Amino acid sequence: MDLRRTPLYEQHAELGAKLVPFAGWEMPVSYEGIREEHSAVRRHAGMFDVSHMGEVEVEGPGALEFLQRVLSNDVAAVEVGGAQYSCLCNEEGGVLDDVFLYRLGGDRYLVVTNAANHGSDLAWMGRQGRGADVLVRDVANRYAMLAVQGPHARAVLGAALNLQLPARMHVSAVQVGRRPALACGTGYTGEDGVELLLDPEVAPPIWAELLDAGVVPCGLASRDTLRLEVCFPLHGNELTPERNPIEAGLGWCCKEATGFIGSEAVARARAEGTTEKLAPFLIEGQGIPRAGNPVLHDGEPVGEVTSGTFSPSLALGAGMAYVRAGLAEPGTELEIDVRGKRRAARVGSKPLYKKAS
Amino acid sequence: MADATYPDDLRYHEQHDWARLEGEDTAVFGITWYAQDSLGEVVFYDGPEVGASVAKDASYAEVESVKAVSDVIAPLSGEVIEVNAALADAPERINEDPYGEGWLVRVRLSDPGEADSLLGAEDYRKLLDS
Repeated sequence: MDLRRTPLYEQHAELGAKLVPFAGWEMPVSYEGIREEHSAVRRHAGMFDVSHMGEVEVEGPGALEFLQRVLSNDVAAVEVGGAQYSCLCNEEGGVLDDVFLYRLGGDRYLVVTNAANHGSDLAWMGRQGRGADVLVRDVANRYAMLAVQGPHARAVLGAALNLQLPARMHVSAVQVGRRPALACGTGYTGEDGVELLLDPEVAPPIWAELLDAGVVPCGLASRDTLRLEVCFPLHGNELTPERNPIEAGLGWCCKEATGFIGSEAVARARAEGTTEKLAPFLIEGQGIPRAGNPVLHDGEPVGEVTSGTFSPSLALGAGMAYVRAGLAEPGTELEIDVRGKRRAARVGSKPLYKKAS
Repeated sequence: MADATYPDDLRYHEQHDWARLEGEDTAVFGITWYAQDSLGEVVFYDGPEVGASVAKDASYAEVESVKAVSDVIAPLSGEVIEVNAALADAPERINEDPYGEGWLVRVRLSDPGEADSLLGAEDYRKLLDS
């Protein structure tokens, strides 16, 4: 299958990025180096081409009712210009995807999906929307997406593009490169920042302008280390259709009273507890955990690592694992079997990396 | 190290390891520019201790970057007589200077003749281009 390229492909190639296949796209994994990119986002400002992510527009008099059914959070609580994180669940409460919802107008919403799930999300939403007074449209080709993240991201972005930026967890309609765009006060790094949904044609000049303004280009590898340090789950790793949001620690974005698809299963999991729970952990000493590594407690297998890496900020191996529910408490001692070597680890509290305030 | 280099005085194993022969029966081992570049920034090096024996074509150490782990293959057989202790605290030397300060082990060779099967720099470069 041919890999798709984002509107910024030429820019990545020109910068000498390492490009890898990811969810059907040819994406930059890093430019100068993962650690430099990681620390640019923690200390200054970095930008990620996340144009592979999907967008679905939901519009019509039945939009709220429809979204309330397919999304786990309380969509009625989102005001015009607001943003919200949600799970898309199946009837069994399994997580089909995790998405951001933006309310663009009275009856108009935008759902941002994960690239790997965009097609199946669309099909699912289309099926659930049958008979509802709502239009579900794939608008992924209409947008390039650029995440500008870091403590200085807003200042640099605001000055370089002369933009009024929305508050955190809000969205505003803006003009970028004389084209309509959306500025979203959201991100996936644990830092303040903005995600821009741009006309694909203006993405290259805007990228160049931000480069000139000192924003550091960052690839998927640092995006992964950044999100893992602050324990944001990744669909396909921590989140799957076989896991419910409760065991993944996402009970906070599930409002079962709305009656969303899967709400009964989620309510049951919340009331009865789950056999396993997602636990963030740090390796004590040497060793770098990787997805698939067995987790042990008192020598017994008790779970499996879903994501693991070297945490650049903490300079330690760090990860997340599903473990027996009783062993997910912070402070619990675990061992991670890293390629046959048992590495001491301890369950941490979220986020593993805490900003010095 | 920004540009690919493959010094002419080294012998290369096709698994992207090098050996620098010293005298009759000792050699220094390391990984090539290509190996460190594919791996990315090395954050962890787990090597053998002095006295360990290493066998040609078998793994004797692990290098790990932020995103991947890789076995290090011995280009020749023998016994480890010295290890680069500085790598424990500064594994990034493997990236910065793979043929110098990023060396891994010094080995007393059990069969110096094995070196004949290794590649010269030109043949190794051809292997990378193919």
